[in-house]
Amino acid sequence: MIAVFALVMGVLFGAGLYVAGMTNPAKVQGFLDISGAWDPSLIFVMAAGIPVAWVGYQLMKRRGHTLTTMPMLEIPQGVVDRPLVVGSVLFGAGWGIGGFCPGPGVASLLLEPATAGVFVIAMIAGMLIHDRKGKTANA
Amino acid sequence: MTEFTPVAGAVGGVLIGLSAALGYLALGKVTGISGIIGRGLTGAFGHQNWGLWFLIGLIVTPWVVHQIAPSEHGFQAPGTAAVIAAGLLVGYGTRMGSGCTSGHGICGMARVSVRSIVATMIFVGAGVVTVAVMRHVFGVFG
Repeated sequence: MIAVFALVMGVLFGAGLYVAGMTNPAKVQGFLDISGAWDPSLIFVMAAGIPVAWVGYQLMKRRGHTLTTMPMLEIPQGVVDRPLVVGSVLFGAGWGIGGFCPGPGVASLLLEPATAGVFVIAMIAGMLIHDRKGKTANA
Repeated sequence: MTEFTPVAGAVGGVLIGLSAALGYLALGKVTGISGIIGRGLTGAFGHQNWGLWFLIGLIVTPWVVHQIAPSEHGFQAPGTAAVIAAGLLVGYGTRMGSGCTSGHGICGMARVSVRSIVATMIFVGAGVVTVAVMRHVFGVFG
């Protein structure tokens, strides 16, 4: 059941990104270009998506357990720290430069393998560079 | 310049929201794509490899929808150098900041996480500034 739910989640997410136009980097950059030819469409993605996700979260909390054998999410309310702030600045800069965030990058792999492939490989490299650096620092 | 498509945006948003809602309700997980990929790189796709099943759906579905009902959005990307720089920054930044547009922007906002709200404001702000500097200061991408 867990694999089925996960597959359905991936299908919904991939369809949503495609339908919303987030698989077109120019549309994402148009959304970020508020002082130019602004395309505010992606506000509607968040405005529609967040309340639906909120319902799912509330249902999980009300039930006290999930629909599968997996345990309920428990994330303590964390603090805003330096890695969160610096990481988000770097991510936002990359998002602006390329018009890709991780989901649309992966979702475009079969549609635009040349461009999305380069993006995803570079993204994975960036992730590995970060994780490697962390390991060295902790050692 | 792209066309304003609020209905397509809202429909897509509901589908993404349903995915995130199922993530909480069925799996007790945050549907955060940078997290799923980042953990997957260490071979940790989670219980019954749920992360891998999710990624298969995420990769295959847009192609399938494109064959059946192609959208009018099209595809227009910057040059290879920009795409590589973007990928490196997105990968490094999302690992450092513990999330991206899905994990912080949709899932975290939905559970009113202060960290996610701050992260979302910062990465949208940084994206806005970056595009403004590229387009209107340096004149990249018209």
